[in-house]
Amino acid sequence: MTDTVQLELVSPERLLLSEPVDMVVVPGTDGYFGVLPKHAPVISTLGPGVIDVYRNGAIAQQYFVDGGFAEVNATGVTILVDEALPVTEITKAKADERRIAAQDRLDKATNDDDKRRATLALRVAEEMAAVAGRAA
Amino acid sequence: MPSLKDFRVRIASVQSTKKITSAMKMVAASKLRRAQEAAEAARPYSERMEKMLGNLAGSFKGQAGAPKMMAGTGKDSVHLVLVMTANRGLCGGFNSNIIRNARALIRELKDKGKKVKVLCVGRKGRDSLRRDYRDLIVDSFTEFARKRVAFTEAAEVSAKVTEMFNAGQFDVCTMIYARFKSALTQVVSRQQIVPFPVPETTAAAVPYEYEPSDKEILEDLLPRNLAIQIFRSMLENAASEQGARMTAMDNATRNAGEMISGLTLKYNRTRQAMITKELIEIISGAEAV
Repeated sequence: MTDTVQLELVSPERLLLSEPVDMVVVPGTDGYFGVLPKHAPVISTLGPGVIDVYRNGAIAQQYFVDGGFAEVNATGVTILVDEALPVTEITKAKADERRIAAQDRLDKATNDDDKRRATLALRVAEEMAAVAGRAA
Repeated sequence: MPSLKDFRVRIASVQSTKKITSAMKMVAASKLRRAQEAAEAARPYSERMEKMLGNLAGSFKGQAGAPKMMAGTGKDSVHLVLVMTANRGLCGGFNSNIIRNARALIRELKDKGKKVKVLCVGRKGRDSLRRDYRDLIVDSFTEFARKRVAFTEAAEVSAKVTEMFNAGQFDVCTMIYARFKSALTQVVSRQQIVPFPVPETTAAAVPYEYEPSDKEILEDLLPRNLAIQIFRSMLENAASEQGARMTAMDNATRNAGEMISGLTLKYNRTRQAMITKELIEIISGAEAV
């Protein structure tokens, strides 16, 4: 299989990844979807989850993302995220720390906007914990 | 006429000032490098965001029902001015240039009969604008960029702007910051961020599929884009600040050097004059005997 898809993973602070890969699986809000070469053009929002990067038929890299956007077109996949962490760097302790902080914020939230944001942060933390649990 | 001791004291004080300014210059130079790198690293994201937004906006062109943040509220009676300055001074005309521009904009808008609200990012801007426009300032952010500009800090500012917009507290938002051109030149720029100026696209050539729907994505993307724009200008501002400080401190160091050589010359002349005077006194004393 010589076909590859150009993957670009970008966070506001830097360009994390820009290289051709065999396949990439991204956590869309409507469910995970895989992108192979010649995928139909799609723009999708992402939920918290893990991006799997496939090379030579196996998962080469995994990144935990907290949400963002993915754009698939003829030139490749562009993934915009707020934060991306290599899965190997995620630990249960870190996830728990976040969950406590998010829960705290939710308890303190006074208006709907704050509540919405805190709930979101909580979901990210829970997903992170789940990922950490799977990795361990 | 100042005595020799006065000169020595002056020279010593200018010398210590020179030491400080040259140290500040070097610190600014190294910080500038870092700030520049950060600004460059942030570029890919905003470029791709712009592209994605362009593609999305293409599908909304001429359609009703576009999110307010892009279409605007249909009025422009209340303006929000986002003034971005540094937290610290001693960087030449950096802060005052931005503030002057902000004042001009506020006056312009007021003359047109618009209502103006000001949001300050940076201590210097707040301190200066507070004198004249105390009642216009709705909020200010001064605790940021201690070491480097983090995205979360920009997100905070943008959350505030979004919240105000959704509450209908303003119609148009313009941000004023210094665009980084080079270490020597920073250009004070105004940029309208709300409603988002739709980039002129070559129309979405490829029909995209949208998950969940184009409207929902756009509603998610626009506030995020706002945060990115603010983040980017904060980074540019940080780089500009260091560039301005470096130039200012370089000038100050040079001035101090000139002053020292001038003072040293005067000091030596005075010293010689005194020796000559003493000699004359001795000689004329000896002659009188």
